[in-house]
This record gives sequence, structure tokens and C-alpha cells, in this order.
Amino acid sequence: MGEKQPPSEPAIRLAGLRRDYGERTALDGVGLTLAAGQSLVVLGPNGAGKTTLLRILATLLRPSGGEVVVLGCSLPSGAWKLRGRIGYLGHEPLLYRDLSGRENLRFHAKLHGIEREAAEARIAALLAASGMERRADERVAELSAGMRQRLAICRCVLHEPELLLLDEPDSNLDAEGRELARELIGPGGGHSRVVVTHDPERHLPEADQVLRLGIGEAAAVS
Amino acid sequence: MTPSRTAFAAILGKDLRAELRTLQSLPAMALFAVTTFVIFRFALDRTSLSGSLAAGVLWATLLFAAVLGINRLFVAEREEGGFDAIRLAPIDRSVLFAAKATALLVYLLALELVTVPVFAFFFLDSAAGLLPLLAVLILADLGLAATGTLISSMAVNSRARDLLVPLVLLPLVVPLMIAASGATEPILSLGGPAYDRFGTWLMVLGLYDLIFGLVGWAVFDFLLED
Repeated sequence: MGEKQPPSEPAIRLAGLRRDYGERTALDGVGLTLAAGQSLVVLGPNGAGKTTLLRILATLLRPSGGEVVVLGCSLPSGAWKLRGRIGYLGHEPLLYRDLSGRENLRFHAKLHGIEREAAEARIAALLAASGMERRADERVAELSAGMRQRLAICRCVLHEPELLLLDEPDSNLDAEGRELARELIGPGGGHSRVVVTHDPERHLPEADQVLRLGIGEAAAVS
Repeated sequence: MTPSRTAFAAILGKDLRAELRTLQSLPAMALFAVTTFVIFRFALDRTSLSGSLAAGVLWATLLFAAVLGINRLFVAEREEGGFDAIRLAPIDRSVLFAAKATALLVYLLALELVTVPVFAFFFLDSAAGLLPLLAVLILADLGLAATGTLISSMAVNSRARDLLVPLVLLPLVVPLMIAASGATEPILSLGGPAYDRFGTWLMVLGLYDLIFGLVGWAVFDFLLED
């Protein structure tokens, strides 16, 4: 696991963030500061750059311009110091279809350097918390989309990250799954959160800040 | 940072477990090689081969069978998000190159465990050349694994992956194939193994392995960038 950030350090600081894909600009002039432990909800229509923003914060995409500081690490130069401190839940569950859920979680635990005994205990606790205990030894390919999402949430928080980056975290989840997910990735777990959503009614009450991205419009923070 | 040894074992173990469970690459590679030997047997209308012809048939077949495995080496990482998972983890990304190259090396050795005896059964009068052939196979496989992993990681993001891998890989492995055939020719010669320039060709193979192993290790981190 990586070093912890100083408490006074904001979780995220953006200034004039820009990202281009060739001729097309996906993000332009995004700026905000998110204090540690707070939640940011990102809203906007399809194509507004919400997923692009999340992938930049996760160090999976390089910014084209502007200042990006996440957990005290300036991106992209300090990206290597940030890895292992972020939990990323994207459109894809990042699980291998030919391995079981438990095997996938063990694989990710090894990548994050979690000792075997600690990993087994953590995996068992997460599988219980996500209601996946009984299906954990089935191949991911045989699970429903909702069950894969539950496993992806386990994968996302397995290494106890300081910052959660969540792209439509409720997608494919039933009512029970949403409640269980809230326990694992909801506010108040000691982590900072960025939540991209098309369901503002559900996530706005949890937000400390809201970022609205528009197509061809300036980003607005409230 | 997670120790590289731990990450290497995790990625290699995952790949080998998935292959054992699904058998997506190895059976296809082996079936291709055996079928090609059958075609050569009837097309050449020969029950016995030696020297350069035996070396050519063996290495052309093994190379094209290897391409099938190389094409699929990174498909799971691309389609199931493995690249993102590895980029998010606190590991040296070059470990992915080492683990994938080792997985490919294991596939190639397993392929040869099945197909070289078939080749010997179809074409060789004597098994005396098989022991020195083992050294050539291991050195050539190391080079193929390093080059194949590098090219596969570059081609996997292209929709023309199946076309791109052979187009880029084959020119790069020409020196490897020349050295492998050069080393194989004397040991499969008529009348038993001879060792003319055998050591020289093994050194060329070793040099190729070293160069492409180091190039792969050095550039792989950059290939994973967006």
C-alpha cells in the first residue's frame, strides 16, 4: 500500500484541466478542490467527459493540459506514487471471465501486495458484505451482470483505497445490491469519493460538491 | 510497491490457470503443427528428411503455430480489463512483459513436447539428433517469447490484430529463424548429428534472446501508456 496523504492535503485539486482526443476536446477548463473525506458527484449528458475525467484521476489517461493533483501527487509525473491508493470502478468490472470471483480477488490482492492471510480474511469479509459468498467460486462468465458488479465493488475496495472513483456504481444492481454497495462504497467510510452518475436523485444527497459537465459548455461546480 | 516476484507469480499463475481451464491456445497450436507435418509428408512425398530440409520443415511449422498463441496472448487483458487492473496496481509494469513472455515460453515448450515427437516419427530415421535439438528449441523459444510478447502487446489494441502480428513479427524473427535452422541443420543431418558451427549458431540465438529480452523490458512500460 502507498503512503497516506497529510490530512490537510485536499483529495483532489484541478485547475484548467483539459483533455483532447485528436481534434476533439473532451474536457476543457475544469477546476475544483475536493477536501479529504468528501464526496464529489459528477453529472452531465453522454459525451460530456465524465468517464474521461475519472480515468484521468485514476492515472489511466494523461491530461492534455492544466493542473491535476490527486492525494498530493501531481499527474501525470507522480502517477506511480498514486497507484494502489485509488479504488476504480469503471464500466468494465476488471475481472477475468475464466476465473472465479474468489480467484479474481486473490489475483488483485497479490497485485496490491496484500499478505496471503490478510487477503483471505479481507476477501471473505467483502464477499459476505456483498452477498456473494455462495457464488464466489463460480466462474465470472457464469454470473449475471449484477453479480459481476458486486464482485467489481469488492475488487475496488479490496486494498482499502483512500480515494474511490466510481462510474455509475449502481449499474445492474438490484435494490438489495444497491444497499449492500452503499455499505462498501458509500460516504463515511473514511475515503474520498468521486461518483459519476445519471441518477442524481440517489447520489446528490450524499454529495459535498457537484460538478456539472456539459458538451461545449464550461464546467460548473456547486 | 508490490514486490516484482509476487506480481510476476500472480500474473503468470493467472494466465496458466486460465489456459488450463479453457484450452484456448495450446490445442489449436498443436493441431496446426501436426496437420502441417501431415501436409508436408504428403506434399514432399518423402518418408525421411534430413539437413536443411528437415530444419526448414520443423521451424516453419513451429513458427506459424507459435503465431496462433502470440495472437491471443493479450486478448484477456484487452477484453476483460486486465491492462487497467495492472496499470492501477502498485507494480513495475515491466513485470507484465516478463510474466507474459514466460507464459508464452511455457506454451511453446508444451507445443514442442507434443509436436517434436510427431515430427521425429514422420520424418527422422534416428532420434540421435533430438537431444542437441533441445538446446536449439529452448534458445529459439526464448527469442520467440520475447519478440512475440512485444509485438502482441502492440497489436492487441488494433482491430486488425490477426493480420498485424504476422506482418510485424515475421520480419523481426528472420534472424532467429536463420540461426535456429542453421543450428538444427547439422544435428539432423543424414548419418547422425554433426556439430559444424553448431556452437556459433547457439551464440547467435543467445545474442538475439538477450537483445529482444532487454528491448522488451525497456520499452514495455511506454507501450502501456494511453
